Amino acid sequence: MGRQPIASQRGTRGLRRLPVAWLTHHLRGLLASLGQLLRSPLATAMTVAVIGIALALPEGLYVLTRNVKALSSGWERTAAVSLFLRPTVTVPQAEKLAERLGARSDIAHVRLITPDQALKELRDYSGFAQAIDQLPSNPLPVVLALRPPPGMVSSAGLETLRHQLAGLPEADFVRVDSAWISRFEAIVGLIQRGVVILAGLLALAVLLVIGNTIRLEIQHRRDEIHVMELVGATPSFIRRPFLYIGAWYGLLGALLAWVLVTVAVGLLQGPVSTLAALYRTALPLSGVGPLELLGMLGSGMLLGLLGSWMSVGRHLATAEPQ
Amino acid sequence: MVRFEHVTKHYPASGDALNDVTFELASGEMAFLTGHSGAGKSTLLRLIGLLERPTRGQVMVQGRNLGRLPTRKIPYHRRQVGMVFQDNRLLGDRTVFDNVALPLVAMGVSHKETGRRVRAALDQVGLLAKERAYPVTLSGGEQQRVGIARAVVARPPLLLADEPTGNLDPDLSREIMTLFERFHQVGVTVLIATHDLALIHSLRHRTITLSGGHLMAPAPAK
Repeated sequence: MGRQPIASQRGTRGLRRLPVAWLTHHLRGLLASLGQLLRSPLATAMTVAVIGIALALPEGLYVLTRNVKALSSGWERTAAVSLFLRPTVTVPQAEKLAERLGARSDIAHVRLITPDQALKELRDYSGFAQAIDQLPSNPLPVVLALRPPPGMVSSAGLETLRHQLAGLPEADFVRVDSAWISRFEAIVGLIQRGVVILAGLLALAVLLVIGNTIRLEIQHRRDEIHVMELVGATPSFIRRPFLYIGAWYGLLGALLAWVLVTVAVGLLQGPVSTLAALYRTALPLSGVGPLELLGMLGSGMLLGLLGSWMSVGRHLATAEPQ
Repeated sequence: MVRFEHVTKHYPASGDALNDVTFELASGEMAFLTGHSGAGKSTLLRLIGLLERPTRGQVMVQGRNLGRLPTRKIPYHRRQVGMVFQDNRLLGDRTVFDNVALPLVAMGVSHKETGRRVRAALDQVGLLAKERAYPVTLSGGEQQRVGIARAVVARPPLLLADEPTGNLDPDLSREIMTLFERFHQVGVTVLIATHDLALIHSLRHRTITLSGGHLMAPAPAK
């Protein structure tokens, strides 16, 4: 038999080289599939565009929500409990109280705002400087601006803190800026959930697009597949190029999605900066990081493989003798 | 090399293509399989190549019972059987070289070895100069020779041909048959299905005759 001498030859000297041979084999297959895709550039570009846009939507929304979250985590740090002390409490007394409160575990930072500071700020920013100058005495109390640890915002712990602070003898009243943070976080959570659902649906769409493209490819290459079967190609050998093509589609689509998202972030950067300047803050938009890009490319490739694998399983399963 | 034992192949649509066929083809033998169109010649070849499985009976090739061969081993069986078709089944978008190389590529033979063996096969069929040509630019006879080169490139011990001269004029047919005889001379077992009786009679080989799916009494080799 012709096959055996070849097999035994490989057995003796091929074992050590197997990973290299295996790798070059797959690499060659991958490159061959890419070449095949590039031979019909228009059809390939259209499929890649569909996949790219489908992947860019959830990716873009993800980047958006991540930026919004970064924004809100900036607020979390300033998110505050304002403890207004009774007018009778003097600044030294307040300083002692601040020291005491600063030692608590549920308070990360305490800032004391004296009546003088508060009045100065009010005069500077409110535009009522003249009216304020007319005041016979400073009517403002001492305020302790407290900041809870980052993890505690919008949790029940904040409510407990509020109660305890209100019970202090020095306390006049306590204002917690938590309600709007909670609302904001709820909205962000809602959008995030929406992104997940959208991503799921669009991933399914990508699977179907790739599956269908591979189905057409299989139909187109029926003759070739048939001849390969006749000359003794194994089913996995026949399947492999189609899987490679699917992987390429996924990878190229993910790459296009990255380009789209990056361009979109670039286009939005200007208006966002203008908007942020109006609120006297800087808001640098962050685009897709290298790790995220890697994840995108990986998941795109995986989707491509999965889509083609499903299609190949369905449409190449008929290679059996009757 | 090939043994059929009471083989029947039934098609739901058209009935029995082969009916209780028993014969044996010795190793290194060359034989013609003849009969009218629809006598079951192609079916018989397809059973040997495991393109189909028999309804009843056993097909043995090289002592292997094909009925017991699991599906995943079929590709390895086909590598032992070179097949030539009337319509040659070449891929139009590939060069002669690439067409002939297909079996070796499927077997995972190294690049260098593939080149060497493909050229050897093309040399045997006299088409070494055409390795870069595309099949459509070749004549019918040349295309058939490319098909033969592809069938023998992996050096299978068994070569099957289904009406290899069906589309060729008598001179080219003779040329193709001479080619098959040459492979027979180096020890390959050859089975050729053809209804070209004039050609068969001019060559001295055993003839297996099918008629309506039945095996006719063997004609003695001349």
